[in-house]
Amino acid sequence: MAPARDVAVVATAQTDHRRALPELSEVEMIQPVIRQVLDAVGGIGEIDFTCSGSSDYLAGQAFSFVMTLDAVGAYPPIVESHVEMDGAWALYEAWLKIQAGHADTALVYSYSKASPGDLPKVMSRGLDPYYYGPLWPDSVAMAGLQARAMLDAGTITAEEMAQIAHRNRTAATANPHAQVSGSPSVDELLAAPMFSDPLRRHDLPPISDGGVAVVLAAGDRARAWSDRPAWIRGIDHRIDSHNFGARDLTTAPSIALAAQKAGLAGAAVDIAELHAPFSHQEKIVRTELGLGDGVEVNPSGGALAANPMLAAGLIRIAEVADRISAGTAGRGVAHATGGQLLQQNLVCVLEGE
Amino acid sequence: MNDAQGGAELLHAPLVIEYGFMRTTGPVIGAFLTGLREQRVLGIRGADGRVVCPPAEYDPTTGAPLSDMVEVGAEGTVTSWSWVAEPREDEPLSTPHALALIRLDGADTSMLHVIDVPGPDSVRTGARVRIRWAEEPEGLITDIACFELLEA
Repeated sequence: MAPARDVAVVATAQTDHRRALPELSEVEMIQPVIRQVLDAVGGIGEIDFTCSGSSDYLAGQAFSFVMTLDAVGAYPPIVESHVEMDGAWALYEAWLKIQAGHADTALVYSYSKASPGDLPKVMSRGLDPYYYGPLWPDSVAMAGLQARAMLDAGTITAEEMAQIAHRNRTAATANPHAQVSGSPSVDELLAAPMFSDPLRRHDLPPISDGGVAVVLAAGDRARAWSDRPAWIRGIDHRIDSHNFGARDLTTAPSIALAAQKAGLAGAAVDIAELHAPFSHQEKIVRTELGLGDGVEVNPSGGALAANPMLAAGLIRIAEVADRISAGTAGRGVAHATGGQLLQQNLVCVLEGE
Repeated sequence: MNDAQGGAELLHAPLVIEYGFMRTTGPVIGAFLTGLREQRVLGIRGADGRVVCPPAEYDPTTGAPLSDMVEVGAEGTVTSWSWVAEPREDEPLSTPHALALIRLDGADTSMLHVIDVPGPDSVRTGARVRIRWAEEPEGLITDIACFELLEA
């Protein structure tokens, strides 16, 4: 179903993602990025709705997003909301707000600093608190369960996983925001020892501090702000069971369903930005989206090049939008994931005109 | 944005975060955890007749409410695993071990837990394992201390 209102991404900005930015608070880290997109559209006075994505578990305090609102400014008063999810879902909420006619423009941002804690351990706090949480499974070993299931089923090989890592990090050499760029050869990657069998270090995403901001606008507001707005042709998000032991971990049907609802199959796409933190997950996302060989996947380097939690999904939308606005892509798809093992998934189809 | 600006020393201090919630477990999860205290493992029959273990209150596929609890075995089969070379504090085993999905005999879904094995060469998908019970049960998933390999 086509959206009732045409809404586009008209401005994006992101941090230079780093392993640790100890000298910056969350507010200090994200404020320049918010400033950059607001300057592109005339300031916060132009924004009808603000929505952010972040996590108290990473910030280390309850209602931490309230502190970060300092980065938007104390005046004028704003209408705002927040999701304890990746910023891609904050963008979805803002898009709904505009669809409902309650806003014409929106500021969306998300960020996190994983560096103060032990991310693979913190991630376990997002799991089922009865059956999984008390075991404190680290997120790398959890991802290894999924990779093993794929290797056992023959839906991926260690060589393919290394090729995915190599391709993403090679592409990242052209991304000034990337944290990890460049890669040894596939043969060299495969010669490395196991980090968490069946995963080698190259199969893992980096741990990142960083953030991203986006401005959305409807109709003529978008055309006034951008020579070539990246129109959201469809957006949808779906979820698979949190009961990982009852899932076929080699698939993520929620991705295919979200893609269907977002109208991905309506026309071919030139590029895809996939939020696949672990190398093997790219194969699942790509398969569920039904992407052909002609699609350029992750020209930014994807989450294997920089993986700021709560931001890496919205960054995928920003990367597709940037290429459409620059005229180097006509139509693209962005995917975002939340939770572990590709549990929650959002698909956004963007197009120039 | 470099990690250190102008060589100034950054001050660090520990921050301990606790979310001190008590959780009620309800009729399904509560029955499962109570069973563990008595060294019994319960699953629940799903809408399609499959036995889900650990039991879910709602069918993982259809969302239908479930209530037919059935006992499953204390032995099972490894359906996937990964290697934890450097265990962190709070994990069930302090020595290197396998994190695994294990389908208990009589169940059709897998349980997440750990296997006490000396190295990654000792475990494989399809391996047979059994529960090693904790010495002092508390009505928690950790009443299963870990799994161990059944002798071939």
